[in-house]
Amino acid sequence: MFRQVAHRILTRSTTTYSAGAAATIRRPYSTEVVADASSGDSAFVEAWKKVAPNIDPPKTPIQYMEPRPPTPSTLPSKLTVNFVLPYSAELSKAEVDMVIVPATTGQMGILPGHVPTIAELKPGLLSVHEGNDVKKYFISSGFAFVHSNSYADILAVEAIPLDRIDQAQVQKGLSEFTQKLNSASTDLDKAEAQIGVDVHSALNSALTG
Amino acid sequence: MAMAALRREGRRFAPLVSSPNPINAIRSTLAPAEEQVGLGVRSISTQVVRNRMKSVRNIQKITKAMKMVAASKLRAIQVRAENSRGLWQPFTALLGDTPSVNVKKNVIVTISSDKGLCGGINSTSVKISRALYKINSGPDTECKYVILGEKGKAQLIRDSKKDIELILTELQKNFLNYTQVSVLADDILKNVEFDALRIVFNKFQSVVSFLPTTATVLSPEIVERESEAGGKIGDLDSYEIEGGETKSEVLQNLAEFQFSCVMFNAVLENACSEQGARMSAMDSSSRNAGDMLDRLTLTYNRTRQASITTELIEIISGASALEG
Repeated sequence: MFRQVAHRILTRSTTTYSAGAAATIRRPYSTEVVADASSGDSAFVEAWKKVAPNIDPPKTPIQYMEPRPPTPSTLPSKLTVNFVLPYSAELSKAEVDMVIVPATTGQMGILPGHVPTIAELKPGLLSVHEGNDVKKYFISSGFAFVHSNSYADILAVEAIPLDRIDQAQVQKGLSEFTQKLNSASTDLDKAEAQIGVDVHSALNSALTG
Repeated sequence: MAMAALRREGRRFAPLVSSPNPINAIRSTLAPAEEQVGLGVRSISTQVVRNRMKSVRNIQKITKAMKMVAASKLRAIQVRAENSRGLWQPFTALLGDTPSVNVKKNVIVTISSDKGLCGGINSTSVKISRALYKINSGPDTECKYVILGEKGKAQLIRDSKKDIELILTELQKNFLNYTQVSVLADDILKNVEFDALRIVFNKFQSVVSFLPTTATVLSPEIVERESEAGGKIGDLDSYEIEGGETKSEVLQNLAEFQFSCVMFNAVLENACSEQGARMSAMDSSSRNAGDMLDRLTLTYNRTRQASITTELIEIISGASALEG
């Protein structure tokens, strides 16, 4: 009940104050664990109240996120990396020197102060450089976002540390898929076989190179 | 229910009644506990209350067991849901969160459970979906539903049958994994035209609290439109696009990937909320059954003592009649 009261108090106050002030108002009875960055999109809450005044408006994802820091004026020394997979967050706000991601246009190195980029990734080697140690993962495809505040988000569907990959299996898979590609008849089969060949040859070059 | 119990009694004790009655009568006076009474015997019957107690006790055991099962399933899936929470954050950091976006073709994806007995979470999701439908249906905009789960389907099919595009059920039959959800997302993307997808689910905050949430995924054309108009996605243009032939191809892949990631997290969170809600529903049910059992025990004892008292009175008055 307190949560509802607090929510209503906050919504009312955000309509009178500007968005900047709203971010700093602390909710008086909050016992929630989630980081409530803002009371949500005020236009959405307004539209909701008109249609369903008796039901609390649903929350939106931005209310569960901690807000990202704004772009600093000087070049930061470290890159903050979030490397996430569907099953785990491998690196969460890790401060590193450099990451090299396998973009579709080739290996791309990201340093602090990199220009904001959205990069599509292909199966390949991802390496995270922190001081003198380098962590290498083989990732299936995904996306990498670099923001202007030296935050890098790397999303992949699968990532395996290199030492867990079996060379023999890779060779076997490569020959198998090359065979399938040669004998494929429909476009769909060809595309699937091509994907298999790409992934296995990337694995191969990651293990050897 | 009392009549059925009496009828059952009659059938069960018919052979006993034909056997020597005095044995029955003596047994009933000497044994204060278990009385075998049949139709036509004068003592008050405790059979009805006893049957009721037996069924309530069974219900209590079953609901306790269901609570344990839900607790163990919750433990397993909670870990996975929390691990998947990092997956949608980069997209919100990049594209912002725009639930109030105004588009022509809205699709509301309602995630609900397949099995019941899980409290009010499915009704909450359906209420929110209906309100979103009302907000977004206007003279030149349209709104459609995609339903995941039997319970949502049962509720929405009653009054919004013509607006339902796709129904998907039995998600949790196999272990929930990303591949399955991405195939599902692919299905939805292929068969449904959309400008904005609004996913409605219950986010798992704790075992007793589930927050209804709606996540919005925009199609690439709308992302372009919004970034040109400024506002939250305004600085999308400042991002360089690497890879792919054209910017729109990359944005298309981005939108599809975003949808499958957000769906994966939403499905896991909803499954967590379902197990948590089932735990608390079964817990309150077993507590209710316990209370009911206490009350029935009191009634049973009262009935039993009353019948013993009646027996005694009859004997004593009979004896005093013989004397006096």
